[in-house]
Amino acid sequence: MPEGLATTHDAATHRALQHHFENMEQQREAGTLGMWVFLVTEIMFFGGMFLAYTLYRYKYPEAFAAASNHLDIRLGGINTVVLIFSSFTMAMAVFYTQVGRRRNSIMCLLLTIVLGLTFLGIKAVEYRDKYTDNLIPGQLIPGRPFNPTIAKPGETLDEHKLHLPPGATLQNVQLFFWIYFAMTGMHALHMIIGIGLLTTMTFMAWRGRFGPEYHAPIEVSGLYWHFVDIVWIFLFPLLYLLGRHLESHLG
Amino acid sequence: MSEHIVHPRVYIAIFLVLMSGTGLTVMAAFRDFPGPLNAVVALTIAVIKATLVVLYFMHVRYSPRLIWLVIAAALFWMALLFALTISDYSTRSWLPIN
Repeated sequence: MPEGLATTHDAATHRALQHHFENMEQQREAGTLGMWVFLVTEIMFFGGMFLAYTLYRYKYPEAFAAASNHLDIRLGGINTVVLIFSSFTMAMAVFYTQVGRRRNSIMCLLLTIVLGLTFLGIKAVEYRDKYTDNLIPGQLIPGRPFNPTIAKPGETLDEHKLHLPPGATLQNVQLFFWIYFAMTGMHALHMIIGIGLLTTMTFMAWRGRFGPEYHAPIEVSGLYWHFVDIVWIFLFPLLYLLGRHLESHLG
Repeated sequence: MSEHIVHPRVYIAIFLVLMSGTGLTVMAAFRDFPGPLNAVVALTIAVIKATLVVLYFMHVRYSPRLIWLVIAAALFWMALLFALTISDYSTRSWLPIN
C-alpha cells in the first residue's frame, strides 16, 4: 500500500465506510446533508398544496369552514397524538442505536411501525366515513359521485348530513374535499413509504448491521419519519380545526 | 466521533411539550378570537411544534451550519412561493377588468 493512503483512511476502517469518504464522520455528515436536500424538495412539494389550500380558504371561507367542521375532530386529534408518539419512539430508536443497545433499538423501531400502522388504520376509518356519506369528490370512485345529503335549515345536528351555511356552495365544499384527499392521501402515501423504510431498518438492526460507529441509515430514516410528522402537525389544525369557532355563527 | 447524543430526558421533555401543544391548539380552536386571530394562534402553535421537532428530534440544533443553510434556503423559497402568489391573487380585484 503506498504511503499516505493509510493516513487518509481511519486506522481501523469500519466495513460500512465507502471508499470515497475519508472517515465515518464525513460519511455520516454527507448522508445527513443529502437527506436534508431531499427533504427540501419534499417541503416544496407539500408547499404547493398548502398554498392551494391557503388561496381557496381565503376565497371561500364559509364553504371551507362548513366542510372542515364536517371532519371528525376526535379521530384527527387521536391521530395527531399517535403520530407525535411515533416520532418520540423513532428518536429513541436512534438514541438506543447510538449507545449500542440493539434490543431496545429494535423494540422502538417496531413500536414506531405499529404506531404508523395505527395512524393509517384510523385514517382508513375516516376515509370510509367520507365514502358512506358520499363525500369523495368528483368521480374518484366510479359510481359513487360527490353527492352528500344536505341538512335542511333548523334541522338537528346530524353528522352524516352536510350543514351548508349561507354563502357556501356545494361546489366549494367539494373543492375542500379535493384538497383534503390530495393532502391527506399524499401524507398517507409518505407514511406507507416510511413504514417500508423502518421495516428495512428493523431487519438490518436485527442482523446486527448498526452500532455506535455506524447508524446513518436509521438516523436518515428518522429524519424522513419526523418530516412526515411535521406535515401532519400543520395538516391537523388547517384541515380539522380552523372552522370550529365559526360553528355558532354559521348556524 | 464528534457526534452529539441527545439524552432521552430531552426527548421526553419535547414529547410532553408537543402533546400539550396539541391539546392547546384543540382548545383554542373552539374559542372565538377576534378577526383572523384563530388562524394566527393555530399556526403559531404549529410552527412552534414543528421547530421543536426539527431542532431536537431531527438533531438540527447539534448539526453543522451547512444543514441550517439548507433549511433556511427551503424556507426562503417557500416564502417566495407564498408571497408572490398571494400578492397576485389578493390584488386581482384592484383593476376593473370585465
